[in-house]
Amino acid sequence: MLKYIVRRILEAIPTVLGVTLLSFVMIRAAGSPVRILLGNHYTVYRAAMLSRSLGLSKPLWDQYVIWLGNLLHGNFGYSYTYDRPVVGLMLQALPHTIIIVVVAVLAAHVFAVFLGSVQAYFENTKFDQIVTVVNYFFYSMPTFWLAVLLIIFFSIDLNWLPSGGIVNAQLSNPGFGDWAKHLILPISALFLVSVAGWARYMRSSMREALLQDYVRTARMKGASEFRVIFVHALRNSILPLITLFGLSLPVLLSGALFVEEVFNYPGMGLLYWDAVNSRDYPIIMGVTVFIGLVTVAGNLIADILYGLIDPRIQYR
Amino acid sequence: MISESLLVDEISSGAVHGERPKFMRRFLSSGLTRLGVGMLLFLALFSFVGPLVYRHSAVASHLLNTAASPSRQFPLGTDSAGHNVLAQLMVGGQSSLEVGFAAAAVAMLFGTLYGMLSGMAWSWLDAVMMRIVDILLSIPAIFILLFLNVVFQPSILIMVFVLASTAWLSVSRLVRAETLSIKNQVYVEAAHAVGAGTWRIMLRYLLPNFLGIVLVSATFQVADAILAMAGLSFLGLGLPPPTPNWGAMLSDGMNYMFQNSWWLIYPPGICILVAEVSINLIGDGLRNALETRER
Repeated sequence: MLKYIVRRILEAIPTVLGVTLLSFVMIRAAGSPVRILLGNHYTVYRAAMLSRSLGLSKPLWDQYVIWLGNLLHGNFGYSYTYDRPVVGLMLQALPHTIIIVVVAVLAAHVFAVFLGSVQAYFENTKFDQIVTVVNYFFYSMPTFWLAVLLIIFFSIDLNWLPSGGIVNAQLSNPGFGDWAKHLILPISALFLVSVAGWARYMRSSMREALLQDYVRTARMKGASEFRVIFVHALRNSILPLITLFGLSLPVLLSGALFVEEVFNYPGMGLLYWDAVNSRDYPIIMGVTVFIGLVTVAGNLIADILYGLIDPRIQYR
Repeated sequence: MISESLLVDEISSGAVHGERPKFMRRFLSSGLTRLGVGMLLFLALFSFVGPLVYRHSAVASHLLNTAASPSRQFPLGTDSAGHNVLAQLMVGGQSSLEVGFAAAAVAMLFGTLYGMLSGMAWSWLDAVMMRIVDILLSIPAIFILLFLNVVFQPSILIMVFVLASTAWLSVSRLVRAETLSIKNQVYVEAAHAVGAGTWRIMLRYLLPNFLGIVLVSATFQVADAILAMAGLSFLGLGLPPPTPNWGAMLSDGMNYMFQNSWWLIYPPGICILVAEVSINLIGDGLRNALETRER
């Protein structure tokens, strides 16, 4: 087992290196940042001086190695627009993104497992058909439109919840309650778009599990239907969802980007979007590398978890 | 060996020809699939034939009538720049459908070729090729697309290639897995034995086996590409104005959320939703029809 984990981690290293190389190449292909940095003060002489001091006159390969070395020391460079270390900006934005993504994912997983199981149990009844149609609707719904609709219903029409940001500037002492209120709509948007897809998987996975012999055995022993579904069948049908979680990380982060943009929520997605618009290359590189790392790590963890939970998996 | 390969050939080609009408019937037997086909046809008619019937310019600015509510002159009102919303929806549909289908086609062609080559190549080359796919897949597509759209000023053609640049990845994985599972089958070995070259084997013996799966995957790619394009436009980095796009219309409408301008929020959103639902339904229908054949 340990051997398998070590091998998987070693295998991930080239991917991680590749992600850094990709973002480096992407940025260098986009052109020199000198003109953006100098703006109106641009002269040929100043441009040459700045290129030199930024290390842009060195060969590309050397630049990459230096940049990678800095990354390993936690130095992601300085933002052009904020004039602050990129790491600081990312650390500031990260907790905001983590909280909405983690809460939405956990809630969506629990709900999707429940919904999919119940749907599979009542397969092809009116209930199943209605839920399938509703799922289809949310599955096909663009995240940004859903987010806009949530604002219209819950902030504008009903005036229950704030339409964006993380804090009410008009309160003299905004506390936890105010903060939590600002989280509800962004989390709901991510939750709703995630549930639909996962419930579809869960439904088909549970449908297969319910046909297995051990389910019949459990029924024969006299286990209650609740126990049969949520103890015996659930354990086995939940396995594919673990892999699915690893695979859906990029989708979730894309969703988070749209949600953060619509709600003007200061997370990693908004940081990236702002950076793209102002061509703040160090931030773009930093966020890309970071998100690549998270995705690789997520897939790794999903793989290892899958192996730990399912004893049928053979390690080689 | 030779006779076996001929036999397999005969059976498989006979199956394909004999089953074509049946396949269509099975595909259309599900009510949901028919609904999807109908919705997509409606959307295509709305986008491409609509402007011929409803002859109003999508790019003319009626500056005296900005953000006007629906009226006889403007059935779905006007936006912040005084554009006719109904006319914009139609023209926006044209580019969405064109780009969506073109991007999926490019992704399908490239992904299939890449996946097949990877599956057929020496193991070290296969490993390198798949690692490249892994790397590209570990950065969420929208992050790459946003960046590419800043670097290249997108035209319709560039947009097709930008969207295809991330869409081919999953196709290539799928095709490689299929190639690996098929390439050691007896009939492929038989083809080798009678002297067929690598290209002939790939095109004649491997490709027909996974055309179905690739087609299903390509259908979902169309939906993804339309959604991604709308998303990019929504974020302000889509096709440059004055080309209308549903995503850009929606983001424009957001500025009028507090004025209760429903005609700027619902119509573009519903258009995207109709496109997504219809294509997803068709993809599911295709998959179900193909699965029945395999059973």
